[in-house]
Amino acid sequence: MKIRNARRISQGFFFTLFLFFAVVSDLRYMKGYPISLFLELDPLVAVATAITTHSVYKGLLWSLVLLVPTLLLGRIFCNWICPYGTLHQITGWLFGKGRAEERERIEANRYRSIYQVKYLILIGMIAAAFFGSLQIGLLDPICLFHRSMTTAILPGLNLAFPSTFYVRQYFHVGAWVIGFLLLALVAMNIVIPRFFCRVLCPLGAFLGATSKFSLWRIDRDPHKCIDCDLCLKNCEGASDPHTQLRKSECFVCFNCIEDCPTDAISFKLLPDLQREISAPAVPARRAVVGGLLGAAFFGFGRASGASDRNYEKKVIRPPGSVEEKEFLERCIKCDQCIRVCPTNVLQPSFLEAGLEGIWTPILNMKLGYCELNCTLCGQACPTGAIQRITIEEKTGVGAAAEQGPVRLGTAFYDHGRCLPWSMETPCVVCEEVCPTSPKAIYSREVTITRRDGKPITLRRPYVDPSLCIGCGICEHECPVTDEAAIRVTAIGETRSRDRRLLMDGGNTGAVRDLSRRER
Amino acid sequence: MTDGPTGGIAGISRREFMARAGATAALIGGSVAGGISLWQRKHFVPGFQEERGLQLPSFALAQDKALPSMAIAHGTDHDSTIRAAIGALGGMGRFIQKGDVVMIKPNVAFDRPPALTATTHPDALRAVARLVREAGASKILVADNPINSPAGCFLKSGLRDVANELNLDLLYPEAGRFSPLELDGEILRHWTFFHEPFKRATKVIGVAPCKDHNLCHASMTMKNWYGLLGGRRNQFHQHIHSIVSDFALMMKPTLVVLDGMNVLMKNGPTGGRLSDVKRVGTVVAGTDMVAVDSYGYSNLMGRDLAELTYIHKAHDRGLGNKNWKDANFKETHA
Repeated sequence: MKIRNARRISQGFFFTLFLFFAVVSDLRYMKGYPISLFLELDPLVAVATAITTHSVYKGLLWSLVLLVPTLLLGRIFCNWICPYGTLHQITGWLFGKGRAEERERIEANRYRSIYQVKYLILIGMIAAAFFGSLQIGLLDPICLFHRSMTTAILPGLNLAFPSTFYVRQYFHVGAWVIGFLLLALVAMNIVIPRFFCRVLCPLGAFLGATSKFSLWRIDRDPHKCIDCDLCLKNCEGASDPHTQLRKSECFVCFNCIEDCPTDAISFKLLPDLQREISAPAVPARRAVVGGLLGAAFFGFGRASGASDRNYEKKVIRPPGSVEEKEFLERCIKCDQCIRVCPTNVLQPSFLEAGLEGIWTPILNMKLGYCELNCTLCGQACPTGAIQRITIEEKTGVGAAAEQGPVRLGTAFYDHGRCLPWSMETPCVVCEEVCPTSPKAIYSREVTITRRDGKPITLRRPYVDPSLCIGCGICEHECPVTDEAAIRVTAIGETRSRDRRLLMDGGNTGAVRDLSRRER
Repeated sequence: MTDGPTGGIAGISRREFMARAGATAALIGGSVAGGISLWQRKHFVPGFQEERGLQLPSFALAQDKALPSMAIAHGTDHDSTIRAAIGALGGMGRFIQKGDVVMIKPNVAFDRPPALTATTHPDALRAVARLVREAGASKILVADNPINSPAGCFLKSGLRDVANELNLDLLYPEAGRFSPLELDGEILRHWTFFHEPFKRATKVIGVAPCKDHNLCHASMTMKNWYGLLGGRRNQFHQHIHSIVSDFALMMKPTLVVLDGMNVLMKNGPTGGRLSDVKRVGTVVAGTDMVAVDSYGYSNLMGRDLAELTYIHKAHDRGLGNKNWKDANFKETHA
């Protein structure tokens, strides 16, 4: 079998596997599939989170499985595994220069200096990571593809073909931005083949820089070469195999080997480095500029205060989320949590969580609520931004009884919009749906004189902040659906000591009567 | 794989082979070792991690039954009255030895001038600091974490001028100067604490004004330690009496001085009008905050001690004696 076909089979397999995981990330189909496998294989995720958190979270250790072959063989990920690369390869072939005349294809695959942009992006993102702002997810291909599938493609397809991916239609705030961004990146393949992979991809840049050390490399025998440039015809990485190979750009697609009419090109263990350019061609001053931009991103983003005292009440994080600054160190915006959420409550934020928090998950109680006995988002999170907490730990029972439940926020009444409080109308749906026991929402019976002079007895609801866990089902089910009469805001969340509402964390047994204890 | 004239492993030197293969092997080994050493295997529950913090040592001296534990001095000015009170206790030399680093904790909570009595009076700080200096202290630290802007509070209260005048080390509550504190309190168990001055201090003296307080009735020497805590202190009001009594557990000072020359009688703890302030002309000093505050509440403010819940909590927990008359006390005139 030709190696090109082996590669195509590999690409097809991984692309299908990626789509399969995306589709089965649904409560109906869950069987313990490793749905975050691609994210866990992604060494940029592991390395960048190791920089921000000084740890490698659970399954991220799998990234070694990808890092090691890269150190041996080069960027095989880009053209053998990466589903996003495959998407660009296929769309480029269909709509771009992939099927153009031979000469044009050769010209389209020559190296251009714009391809160093991805290294500047990587340097900027790593610089930001050293300050504690994890931004690789904006452009990391796996994060980007997962996010696009979750928020735009699957819900969009489900609108055209109802009930294919969701029992009930899902909605995602700002899906159109993410969707059009994907389309724009795909469309750029018309201008430059594999535009994203060659110009923007920070994972490609990372693997490219790593390739400097790989033992097996493409090697051209200058004695056999007849300078026909046919090796460029199908070169995916634009790595100049016709002259000095740019190892950092090479996707190891092997097309050049098969296209060479004189067998001058081979894949060799430890070839002579004189015949190639081993490291990425990035001038030092530009690298510094990339680093400074990353530092500025952190500085300006953090200075806006969104992760500190000026935090937005709508930034209600999923259960098990770590404290906000650490959240920004861990969340890669892959939106896997949003995909697995069974109620559609999780949404990609836009600017609610600040510049740094773009596309990180927040709860929107208009679209859903946090299901009491569910910790799927934490199970799916590959980086521990949402820790893999258990139901017992989430609800504060059993061994976790002393520390109490995990709270996401606190519900507050808006009396002016509440039917029994201001419209002489019985309601208390909120109390009915409140899932805690005892209920965090309770009501008091009052008899009032109606406008027409007749008495009416109804129940008026209250929130007990020591019991409220901020799940938001009260807000979700409130009959005042445009802006509910009870709304959850982020205050009171257990993950942050600074954002708690009650001194004792709402644990009613917290105040100890020490005077009764034996001294 | 075809070998050209210079191709193949044979085409490179042994030295280059070792260098290149070695670099790759080192990176592989480093990646695997690094990954495994950084590996977070287990989850945690955010917000519920086990907390550890520093435990504050006691700055109190061993009890000496022969000497008075509390002194009440009446007079007309801060300097002579405070001198009289400390003198009645046996002089500052009883508390401060040569070479001591002494932390003086004033109450500088608000951005108010001294006359409004919302803050420790500069004359009180000056008098205490001079006595400490005379006793041979090598260094005097002054620190507080005010509610209003720190720079404004120290300026307006006049304490910055005293610090400059007497060459005291004024420590502002900068973020890096706080550490987590651990306490087995009734409600206060883990809180961020103004640790910096206590890294160096060998003795601690609290110098507090005597003030009305809207929620806990009065702010005196026990409540003064509130200013050593950081974080979300606005939650303290949820359990104010437990918290104030926990302060008596948290801080074991060498000495406390309650400045009752002027007393803020109403609209506390901020005051704001001279008519809120009453001239009383008394200074109480002692080693037992609970006794000093009990005297202050019943005799300086003239109120019913039964309503001051935190005093009773502290007394019941054995953190002091609310029955100040039982103590070995001395009353004097400047």
